[in-house]
Amino acid sequence: MLRFIAKRTVGLVVILFCVVTITFFLVRLMPGGPFDRERKLPEHIEKQLLAKYKLDGPLFEQYVNYLGDLLHGDLRLSTKYRSRSVNEILADSLPVSGLLGGIAFCLATFGGVVLGSLAAAKQHTWVDRSAMLAALFAVSLPSFVLGPLLVLVFAISWPVFPVGGWGNLQSLVLPSITLAAPYAAYIARLTRSSMLEVLTQDYIRTARAKGLSNTRVIYKHALRVAILPVVSFLGPLAANLLTGSIVVESIFSIPGTGGFFVNSVLNRDGFLLAGVVIVYCSLLVVFNLVVDLLYGLLDRRISLYD
Amino acid sequence: MTESRSPWFKLSRNPAVVLSAGILSVAALAAIFGPDLLPASAGEVTRHSFLPPSRQHFFGTDLNGRDLFYRVLLGARISMLVGVTGALVSFAVGIIYGMIAGYVGGQADSIMMRLVDMLYAIPRLIFLLVLISALDPVLRRIMAAHGLGGLIGYSKIFILIFCLGLTEWLTMARIIRGQILSLKSQQFVLAARSIGQSHFNIIFQHLLPNLLGLALVYLTLTVPAVILDESFLSFLGVGVQAPLASWGLLLGDAAQVINPIKGYWWLLVFPVIAMSLTLLALNFLGDGLRDALDPRQRK
Repeated sequence: MLRFIAKRTVGLVVILFCVVTITFFLVRLMPGGPFDRERKLPEHIEKQLLAKYKLDGPLFEQYVNYLGDLLHGDLRLSTKYRSRSVNEILADSLPVSGLLGGIAFCLATFGGVVLGSLAAAKQHTWVDRSAMLAALFAVSLPSFVLGPLLVLVFAISWPVFPVGGWGNLQSLVLPSITLAAPYAAYIARLTRSSMLEVLTQDYIRTARAKGLSNTRVIYKHALRVAILPVVSFLGPLAANLLTGSIVVESIFSIPGTGGFFVNSVLNRDGFLLAGVVIVYCSLLVVFNLVVDLLYGLLDRRISLYD
Repeated sequence: MTESRSPWFKLSRNPAVVLSAGILSVAALAAIFGPDLLPASAGEVTRHSFLPPSRQHFFGTDLNGRDLFYRVLLGARISMLVGVTGALVSFAVGIIYGMIAGYVGGQADSIMMRLVDMLYAIPRLIFLLVLISALDPVLRRIMAAHGLGGLIGYSKIFILIFCLGLTEWLTMARIIRGQILSLKSQQFVLAARSIGQSHFNIIFQHLLPNLLGLALVYLTLTVPAVILDESFLSFLGVGVQAPLASWGLLLGDAAQVINPIKGYWWLLVFPVIAMSLTLLALNFLGDGLRDALDPRQRK
């Protein structure tokens, strides 16, 4: 077990190193400095600015310095939001994105698993068919279609929820549904097909023969095995929610990290951009490690030790 | 009995597939010829912004007074162009990568596949955003330097195709590799090897024809994925830019001007219908093809 964790942690560090390197050079490759304005700055001021933001000197030296700063947990200053550090911006915006993503994550997994098991338990009935038809549509609708449509229906034509913003419970409903719906649908389909397979197995017949109720058989005995494909989808789910949150935050004008990320790309705000990418990737990679460990705990047939 | 029939017969008996093929043909024809059949003035900026749908403007007009019907057709053209060519690029990359990994096997295979696993773990679209905004100015400069000034407006499209193609190949590579692994140990390959055929011949004459069906299935499923990615990028303002159009761009523009006071529903509803119909049809067609050509993968 420990050996597995150690091995994966080394892999994790390698991935993060590659991410940092690629991001840094991509950002520095972008033509046009962060201080290009219509009117050219006087040379000595530009020099001072470049020095303040540590953008002077040869490229490789800048890269090594940046790595050093990262190791000290310093993501540097944003060149667009003057005098604010990337650390501060992330500290303000990550909790917002994290809350939204967390709600969507629970909604997608619980909603998907319950719907999928229900559909499998009632196979060949209208419950199954309508649930799967709904899931098919939801899977095909990306968040940037679903979001504006929900706004049009539930905030404009029939104003029950606010159009956007952040701060109260009502403003959370539409964004989290938008973010979660396609993945809830995908998980429902995954659970259903996996559940149908499990339900044909011998131990389920034994459980039924013991006289256990249908609900107990499905939610206690079958689900334990049927849920494994869902667990292995949790990693990709987190990655998708992360990218999805960028769109959802822009649709509902939520002050999360996604908005800062898009603006940093458009404004060539190098360190903010690199900071967000690095934080996003680290979160995902750590999350994937946790999911793998969880998978090993849930499925005793898989051994992590080799 | 039905299992032994030809795949095409099975496809033609699947109503969802037939309907999808019909919708896609209409959409493709509209995308290819539609924008040129409309009067040239339809795409121009006019004073008549936000007109609701009428007989002059079937889908109404947008913020800049452009005819939305024309914009949706133009969007269809560009979204489909990017989707199909991007999918073809990823098809080529994935098939070559998967074939090498599967055919060479051993250590090389496990390293190559570990790399694919790593790339899966990275949020692809986030890197795409950075990559596109880094490469676009570079391509523009190259175009300007080589007297291709007329193409500069289209540089984003080239970049999108290139970048999306280079990031969508992971699933294809995995599938092709798995397929090669199982084919490689079959008798006809052993026979070919034992009579001394070159690796080149074995790959192109014996393995590739056996893979093509499956690869085509995943090609059809990659097209909607690329269209979605392109729309995502354009929605955020990093992809295709006006005066060109793509469905993502139209949706992004609509999401910006819609608010409770002014319900310009047509700006949203028509692009959504066009895009969802196309994506649904592509997914149905891909699933149908998979069921017909590759029964083992059926869910």
